[in-house]
Amino acid sequence: MLRLAVVLLLAFMTLPTVVVVAVSFNPTAILSFPPAGLSLRWYANVLTYPQFQRAALNSVLVTGMAVALALPAGTLAALALERGRLRGRHVWAALFLSPLVVPGVAAGLGFLILAAALGLLRSRAVLVAAHVALVLPFVVRSVWVSVRNLDPALERAAASLGATPWRAFRRVTLPLLRPGLFAGLLFAVVVSLNEFVVSLFISNRVTEILPVAMFTYVVNYTDPTIAALSSLFIAATFVVVWLADRYLDLGRVFLRR
Amino acid sequence: MTTAVVELRGCTRDYGAVRAVDALDLAVHEGEFLALLGPSGCGKTTTLNLVAGFVEPTAGRVLIDGEDVTGRPPHLRGLGVVFQSYALFPHLSVRENVAFGLRERRMAAAEIERRVGDALELVRLEPAGRQRPSELSGGMQQRVALARALVYRPRVLLLDEPLAALDKKLREGMRDELRTIHRSVGITTIFVTHDQAEALGLADRIAVMNRGRIEQLGPPREIYERPATRFVADFIGASTVLRGRAVAADRVVVAGGTLHVGGRALRAGADVELAIRPERLRLVAAAGDNVLDARVEGLVYQGAQTEVTARLGDGQRVLVFVGEPAPVPLAVGQTLRLFLPGEAFMVLDDR
Repeated sequence: MLRLAVVLLLAFMTLPTVVVVAVSFNPTAILSFPPAGLSLRWYANVLTYPQFQRAALNSVLVTGMAVALALPAGTLAALALERGRLRGRHVWAALFLSPLVVPGVAAGLGFLILAAALGLLRSRAVLVAAHVALVLPFVVRSVWVSVRNLDPALERAAASLGATPWRAFRRVTLPLLRPGLFAGLLFAVVVSLNEFVVSLFISNRVTEILPVAMFTYVVNYTDPTIAALSSLFIAATFVVVWLADRYLDLGRVFLRR
Repeated sequence: MTTAVVELRGCTRDYGAVRAVDALDLAVHEGEFLALLGPSGCGKTTTLNLVAGFVEPTAGRVLIDGEDVTGRPPHLRGLGVVFQSYALFPHLSVRENVAFGLRERRMAAAEIERRVGDALELVRLEPAGRQRPSELSGGMQQRVALARALVYRPRVLLLDEPLAALDKKLREGMRDELRTIHRSVGITTIFVTHDQAEALGLADRIAVMNRGRIEQLGPPREIYERPATRFVADFIGASTVLRGRAVAADRVVVAGGTLHVGGRALRAGADVELAIRPERLRLVAAAGDNVLDARVEGLVYQGAQTEVTARLGDGQRVLVFVGEPAPVPLAVGQTLRLFLPGEAFMVLDDR
């Protein structure tokens, strides 16, 4: 009984994905399920459609820059939240995690108004800034867990052995934060790559990232191209998660006490 | 006069409204093994942290080799520290852990290799060099921590409850090992513990601490046999403290009986406190000098001896260790006649 329930639940969760992947191989231009045959023509269409190429490049740039900024910033924030002499630590923690509870539409509108006021609407910088804000809570939370697990005596030990604070951080703290940093990196990449609502508000044809380009495409055309692109997206995300999970598991073995 | 290796001058440390260490003076001499002994919260760990530089004094100075190091960060003090949790670096192998301090000193690779080998040999851990700390037993981790702290030949070794995390059997083995290593290296060592047996068995001198101050400082035998204060008498070993009134320079009346007390001259008419170890009391048949009657209230059989709690005529409690087999059958409610040898009394300072 229990096993059947689990199987049904899993089927319910994965069915939409299965449908999308199946439809992407449809030889005809109709989004029908089950597919009428097997074809790769929509995949060819995805890879040759110029706007998708441009958007994919934008996605890589925006996600790369946002993550590169959010990771060190989030790490410092996590260290400060755990170690710093902060008054009202809970308030600070809540503020850092707050983007998680702000509706995307509200955040998007906010960024739009700000960008317009600053005259940056055509700039990719606004997109990067928004993504930093959106992924920061995930980075802070992941790294914070690692910081909490860190025995403060380790840094004292390093100091007693002659390490300057910076050397102690480099040789002891940072390596031990690695699991949290990787988890944070993984979350940040996945969240940023899939971000749609906020990005829709603040991008244009030139700066738009892949999810926005996909939406624009669906609004104009209804053929399995979008299913093919979605399938590629799913595959890419899956590979990233799988690789990271393997690496994180290694990290755990490595840190086993 | 030789200068002390470590000296604290009037060191006070406050945490908010709490005074952890209170105007403490302490001098540790070359090659000495000094124990800071006391209950939790007595300030012993804070004192150690003041020497290590992890904590700065609110007032007072810290000197190492006569040089004022107050305000100098720990990484510039060049001391060896073994932490209660060992604080081994989990991401580094045993060898890399031990080599850490040498690398920070930018030593040549060959020299590091040689010294790490020597240090691991000292703690008998050469075969474990490639392993991670988590793969070792508690006792082995302890020895790695010791090797890591000794390898760069620090001026002073600081040990924070080094045996607390080990089980009883290992603790005894490690205690012997610490003594052996201290003897062979000859390093000045300060050692924090709440375990009196550890302090008595290891230290050259013991500083018994209470409420941020040193109650008594002296060799183990002196601390045990001549505790200066009631606190020390209570804390070190089991003891009974009796209140009485001196009637002559060497006589005290307790619970209606007269006790001849050796040692210090007493002031007639003064209220005095006398401490006596429970193993020094004996059961006797006849009444006489230094004999008091007591009613048995509790018995705890412990194999080699029985711990007897009894109450004197005036209600004061006495603890007696009676060696087994007991000379008379022991029972609760029975009256015992106790002989308290005059030379076994310790006269406490009135505080």
